[in-house]
Amino acid sequence: MGSADRWDTGLMPGMEDLYREIILDHYRSPRNRGELESPPAHRVEGFNPLCGDEIVVTLEVRDGGVSDIRIAGTGCSISQSSASLMSAAVKGKPVTEVRELIRTFKGMMSVHESTLPTAGDGSAHEDAEATEPEAIDADALGELAALQGVVKFPVRIKCATLSWNTLAQGLDEIEAPA
Amino acid sequence: MAELNGSDRAVDFASLRKDFPLLAREVNGHPITYLDSAASSQRPFQVLDAMRQYDETTHANVHRGVYGIAEEATRRFEAARINVGRFIGAPDPSREVVFAKNATECLNLVARTWGRTHCHAGDTVVLTEMEHHANIVPWHMLAAERGLHLRWVPIDDDGALILDDLEQLLDGAKLLALTCMSNVLGTLNPVRRIADLAHAAGAVVVADGAQSVPHLPTDVASLGVDFLAFSAHKMLGPTGIGVLWGREELLSELPPFLGGGEMILDVRKDGFTPNDIPWRFEAGTPPITEAVGLGAAVDYLDDIGMESIRAHEITLTTYAMAALTERFGSDIHIFGPKDAAERGGVLSFTFRDVHPHDISQILDQYGVCVRAGHHCAKPLMRRLGVNSTARASFALYNDETDVDTLVQALDAAGAFFR
Ligand SMILES: Cc1ncc(COP(=O)(O)O)c(C=O)c1O
Repeated sequence: MGSADRWDTGLMPGMEDLYREIILDHYRSPRNRGELESPPAHRVEGFNPLCGDEIVVTLEVRDGGVSDIRIAGTGCSISQSSASLMSAAVKGKPVTEVRELIRTFKGMMSVHESTLPTAGDGSAHEDAEATEPEAIDADALGELAALQGVVKFPVRIKCATLSWNTLAQGLDEIEAPA
Repeated sequence: MAELNGSDRAVDFASLRKDFPLLAREVNGHPITYLDSAASSQRPFQVLDAMRQYDETTHANVHRGVYGIAEEATRRFEAARINVGRFIGAPDPSREVVFAKNATECLNLVARTWGRTHCHAGDTVVLTEMEHHANIVPWHMLAAERGLHLRWVPIDDDGALILDDLEQLLDGAKLLALTCMSNVLGTLNPVRRIADLAHAAGAVVVADGAQSVPHLPTDVASLGVDFLAFSAHKMLGPTGIGVLWGREELLSELPPFLGGGEMILDVRKDGFTPNDIPWRFEAGTPPITEAVGLGAAVDYLDDIGMESIRAHEITLTTYAMAALTERFGSDIHIFGPKDAAERGGVLSFTFRDVHPHDISQILDQYGVCVRAGHHCAKPLMRRLGVNSTARASFALYNDETDVDTLVQALDAAGAFFR
């Protein structure tokens, strides 16, 4: 058994990158929770086959903009907070800007093979730091930049991108020629 | 190890830990607490050394060469087969033990050979709600191909099979696919009783031993099943090799599985003549080094004694269930039977409303390795009403300290997500 401070949750080395205060805040008090009536709203479901988590995005597009959005479903702190942050970021934005944001966010989440942790002395997370993806436009992402630390935990990337992929699918479906 | 021989002698489990080199490593600055043996177990020096020694001194392809080391390699490979067969009480180890890639491939093998030969449109296959996907999807595939009906044996809220309507479920069934032990609930099923009812109904019984064979004494004769599948990597052996035991009279009438070398006696332009069992089912160069490793794993388990291992794991599981409930009360929900004597050392749980991913991520910071997810048992997850659980599972190298560490790390996770 380790020393007493081994169990001090205030000091969780490596964890502060993943569980940023903003993330925990959105996890504990998720924004735009629930479902809009559909129709008229558009309803899309997303699945994470890895963990069985499901997300339901309902959104309303009016005059070329996302006029309203709600998030339902269950998931871990990363998927839930990412969905909550996403809903706050896209609500009221023109669809073209939302699509640009989806691209930027997914760019931030793209991880190169070389950054995947390897076996060894347990310093895998530090190893990942050396080859971080190219700098992202933090201004464009605002609070969403808090999720950047997720790329150091490759198995959690799918958790962070689930709601974004679901939203993109919803926009595609809405804009697809009838 | 030699001094531990015989199950009447008390085994010093604490001293076995040093046989497992991986358990000496640290994770995130903490000594590792490996609680994921139900997914894959660690390997002792004895297994690693046997494989290395074979590779360094004996390796050649089997069943083909006339020269010395090729014969020796063949002897080592076939000796492993006999050893594994003896370990599970196979009446005819040299003919009834088939090597494949893993338990999954073994179950597919049965579906593709026995299933395709005997199951026709309108026939019924019976499964249980607690099966691993490996013992579900091959039957779904066969059902889609042949137009079969699948029936499901339900479970109760304690994770035990409900057997009241079993005779009706089995009525007219061609095959019953059943796990000996659930990889989620730990439930040990009354395989003999169920197999007898299935046989009375005229069904063949395919048992998934992936979780039971590594942790319980196994005797296929008294188990009463027709096929038994398991994987070496969950029983201290290497990945890349699984075992299918089948009754001689059933195996010998089956067509081949895959086609290629090894599985034939003769190939002509107008056809081929399949080899005898068990090689008929082993197309291509088999996992030879892995078979040697599996043989060494079986020796290691035998030296300790499966009865002793089972007793150790009951003690540890009892301790763990008591420690977790004492510390966390109704904040923790452990699935499956309450009595450790009725279950294996697999504890799936939910902890307050903290998502299993988050639990396992925080635990990892303390070097504690547990699994989070649906454990390849989605029909069971739906029955339990959860998307995922966290799962801690034990092997012979775990002890009370591992449990204490788990409790403290869970405490930390709880505090973090308060
Ligand atoms: C009950 C059960 N059956 C089958 C399997 C499949 O084993 P493998 O992946 O080695 O084929 C597993 C392992 O996860 C299991 O727990």
